[in-house]
Amino acid sequence: MEFRATLSSLRTTPLDALHRRLGARMVPFAGWSLPVQFPAGTLAEHRQARSAAALFDVSHMTQISLHGDMAEALERLVPGDIRNLPPFRQRYTLLLNEAGGIIDDLMVARYPGRLFLVANASRAEADLSWLATNGLPYEHHEDRALLALQGPQAAAVMARLAPSTASLPFLGVATCAIAGIENCWVSRSGYTGEDGFEISVAAGDAESLATRLLAEPEIAPAGLAARDTLRLEAGLCLYGNDIDMLTSPIEAGLAWTIPRRRRDNLDFPGATTIHDHLVNGPPRVRVGIRPQDRTLARAGTGIAAADGTQAGTITSGTFSPTLGGPIAMGYVRRDLASEGTPLVLLVRGQRLPALQAPLPFVPHRYAAR
Amino acid sequence: MAETRYTKDHEWVRLEDDGTLTIGITDHAQDALGDIVFVELPAVDRDVVEGETVATVESTKAANDVFAPLGGRIAEINENVVDDPGLINRDPMGEGWFWRMEPADEDAFETLLDDEAYEAYLETL
Repeated sequence: MEFRATLSSLRTTPLDALHRRLGARMVPFAGWSLPVQFPAGTLAEHRQARSAAALFDVSHMTQISLHGDMAEALERLVPGDIRNLPPFRQRYTLLLNEAGGIIDDLMVARYPGRLFLVANASRAEADLSWLATNGLPYEHHEDRALLALQGPQAAAVMARLAPSTASLPFLGVATCAIAGIENCWVSRSGYTGEDGFEISVAAGDAESLATRLLAEPEIAPAGLAARDTLRLEAGLCLYGNDIDMLTSPIEAGLAWTIPRRRRDNLDFPGATTIHDHLVNGPPRVRVGIRPQDRTLARAGTGIAAADGTQAGTITSGTFSPTLGGPIAMGYVRRDLASEGTPLVLLVRGQRLPALQAPLPFVPHRYAAR
Repeated sequence: MAETRYTKDHEWVRLEDDGTLTIGITDHAQDALGDIVFVELPAVDRDVVEGETVATVESTKAANDVFAPLGGRIAEINENVVDDPGLINRDPMGEGWFWRMEPADEDAFETLLDDEAYEAYLETL
């Protein structure tokens, strides 16, 4: 067994000292040192988020403001509806390249006088240079932390500490104070499939806020490993695994992010390819996969069809704590993409039976819209 | 008292009174892996050579190979860890053992790290 050594050149988040005090195991992730798990362990942290509330440090994510009226400018880079995004609402969208591939997936919120973007840490450089190349001036909030409070009891905690957030709908955003800590940018969102909040806070206030939240009986800290099992159960894409520069939104099952107006106007990067995929169907499709025995099928596992022909590749695979068995997502040939289709997974020289399964594996439990 | 030795791959090897070896992963290994959710063990009667991958252990984080610390024949496997992989986290040096084997070379056990050498090795990590 090999264990990766920690690198010294990693960036640390404003909660680094807190993580270490809590006994977190830190790992390198996208150039950052982040907690992969706390002493409770991944399975307990996962259950914490599904049954109560878990606090994640996602400060590595890129926080960007586009000041002024930038909706039309941003629409030149994404296929989503940004122009009609109402104030204090947030939307999931995609930065696309000219081939229709995905540069990054991100959340866009409209605050008065600006758009606020949250994008992946691993794509920070690509995203910022893409904005610059396309003439969009931006403010990169390197002085802010980002906390994700996720779980069915998150709203009850927020109702005590920041009463104004209790009425936030799913994908609603607000600026408010939380437990007396001013200027928090709160959105009712997350990446676990649960109700929850993402809270942007000044770096200098991050530890007080996290400590205050962790003092609440419903909340315990959780790490990257639990975040991964939660998002995969929720059927959500991880950039670099399930989507990348070579996947189109249609292949990825993200056609819902492209509204009618954008499909008609085809005025975004890669529109030709995406139009073709919409009209004629994409060559491959992202699907859910349930291995039928207990062996886990990790990213990179080959998929064969029942007739022995090549079918595709697993892009994410893990153990589902909720289902008590393996789950995976991957891309398969379009002709094989229907629920219940039997597949064969090629794991360590064995041929293991699997079935295509609907996504998400665990139903979403978001707040009302 | 049965003697236990170790490998740099964080396996423990216990020499039983009947000359067979019991193999598992160390507390350091289970701690580093995190929650173990799946174990694949070798077939009984399989002949293995030193360093060969004979088992796989998967945690919520990653899959890891477990190697044969010595050559020999697999005599028995611990089905309990297959049914309840968390046993390895809870009792890595006891109930969480992986397999028993008959060594091809009885003296090879002596070439493994003793307690002190393994502890010293851990210090270097």
